[in-house]
Amino acid sequence: MPAEIEVIKPGILTTIQDLGRPGYFHLGIPMGGAMDRLAFEAANRLVGNPEDAAGLEAVFIGPEIAFRSDATVAVTGATMPIRIDGEEKPGWTALAVKAGQTLSFGYLQDGARIYIAISGGIATEPMLGSRSTYAIGALGGVGGRAVAAGDVIPLGEAAGAAEGRSVPEALRRKPGSPAEIRVLPGLYWHRITPASQANFFADTWMVAAEADRMGYRFKGGRPLEFVPREPPFGAGSDPSNIVDGCYPYGSIQVPGGTEPICLHRDAVSGGGYFMIGTVISADMDLIGQLQPNVKVTFIEVDMPAALAARKARAALVEEMRAALA
Amino acid sequence: MKTRYSYGGDEHIFVEVDDEMSLDAFFKALSITGAVAEKKIPGVTEICPANASFQVKFDPDVIAPETMMETLKSLEAEAAETPNRMTTRIIEVPVYYQDPWTHETLMRFRERHQDPAGSDLDYAARVNGFASVAAFIEAHHANPWFVSMVGFVSGLPFLYQLVERERQLQVPKYLRPRTDTPKLTVGYGGCFACIYSVRGAGGYQMFGITPMPIYDPTQTVSYMKDFMVFFRPGDIVKWDPIDRAEHDRIEAAVRDGTWTPKIAEVEFDLAAFNADVDGTNKRLMEALHAG
Repeated sequence: MPAEIEVIKPGILTTIQDLGRPGYFHLGIPMGGAMDRLAFEAANRLVGNPEDAAGLEAVFIGPEIAFRSDATVAVTGATMPIRIDGEEKPGWTALAVKAGQTLSFGYLQDGARIYIAISGGIATEPMLGSRSTYAIGALGGVGGRAVAAGDVIPLGEAAGAAEGRSVPEALRRKPGSPAEIRVLPGLYWHRITPASQANFFADTWMVAAEADRMGYRFKGGRPLEFVPREPPFGAGSDPSNIVDGCYPYGSIQVPGGTEPICLHRDAVSGGGYFMIGTVISADMDLIGQLQPNVKVTFIEVDMPAALAARKARAALVEEMRAALA
Repeated sequence: MKTRYSYGGDEHIFVEVDDEMSLDAFFKALSITGAVAEKKIPGVTEICPANASFQVKFDPDVIAPETMMETLKSLEAEAAETPNRMTTRIIEVPVYYQDPWTHETLMRFRERHQDPAGSDLDYAARVNGFASVAAFIEAHHANPWFVSMVGFVSGLPFLYQLVERERQLQVPKYLRPRTDTPKLTVGYGGCFACIYSVRGAGGYQMFGITPMPIYDPTQTVSYMKDFMVFFRPGDIVKWDPIDRAEHDRIEAAVRDGTWTPKIAEVEFDLAAFNADVDGTNKRLMEALHAG
């Protein structure tokens, strides 16, 4: 039997992802890759794959997958009942599947995205060094798109994994309620009034319906007031316009001053809206697990705090590696 | 010009060379990003030049943010010395103005527009003080354009018109961005033209469409076999107005692999351009037609 899986049902949007394709953002091609990298790397570790092996990311609704060969599988990230031939199995755990068995899921209970790692990893053709799906640019995935019913997806050679081991509960990082997302003010922060700067961090925001791999929109906070200015040549007349520039990953733009949008892994590389600051690298994974309508507060941090949080995340990764070594 | 530095979280430094657009700001940003690339600074993972700004992505575990910041500031001083001159390409890009596809799309999104009664071109002609759409279209393609940024989505070029500031066309973006734009739409927002490399969201006014693909992940288009992205910063574009028949002919020829854009190698010197805009443009066009 060839090592492959068949997609029976794709869910809403199930994509092949790895750790992405850095190096092309200057051409408008984003790094992409798993939204919640901590969960993604944990899934790979559980099944004995390198952390950057390609797996599946499914948002809100899990796929249904038939295995054509024996494999080890692990599901991490959001909380969703996991079933192998109908029998419920634990998450964050290495599970044995036999050729002919089917992996399926129940309703989402918590979080937004699950990660499915399969021993051997997905072995579709990499493009620009990555198998990550970037549908807008028709790169990676299955023919440049998300998976669809009937797709047969090849797997690489498995290293052999210990079934039954799991990621300790303490190492599964999830957003709290309300989710606290740490932001380093900057970029065009000076464009809004001190009152608006304070309001942005004081208000409770809600994840809007437009929340995807490109970016997360938030609503419910007070509109921003801009410091008056003469529009610079070439920017456009709206106070939120800038001469089109680069957008950092995690940067928060606020078109028209009303609904902040935080750019994520499939970000557009630039554009003409001002940005008030950037979500720190350590908290990007958490955003990937937010569902529409959940509450979020932004926490103001400085650079030392951002670097300390980055260190804490790296320590968590090390602990996970040690636990699964 | 006043250069402004800011951190974009713990992984980016954003450098605004000037808050307004000018070729001087573009060339300065390009010089600094060139110097950053040349330095091969350990920890730098991406260097993204933009119109009048740029961004550097770095790994703060390899280089401390404040060290990265100091390095960029020292390179700014160095870059100020470099001459604003480059060897580049001039490319003729066919444009079918007032095409049916962008027209269908602009009608579909009319309620998001400043002027729901007219078309994007009617509006652009009016706000720029032109008596007719035809006169506006003429002003749009009479002089060449300069690719001052590549990005937004896959290989999309932003283009800046090579004329004096008084002659620059400017149009606002849509009040609310569209969720759909035909692939290869020639758009306009602020002082920038663009070509939408792929179908998708967009906020620029829509003027026409080109049959010339500029992004090809399959790398089957004859002139993109080496790389899937056609444009690079510094490229110069001359729009060539075409009609429906010519549009369809070129589209078919692209599919057959028998069409390539007209391209010539040219020198662009910013000081020479500023000293004589019309003379420089004439020389650029002569090079294109000789090439």
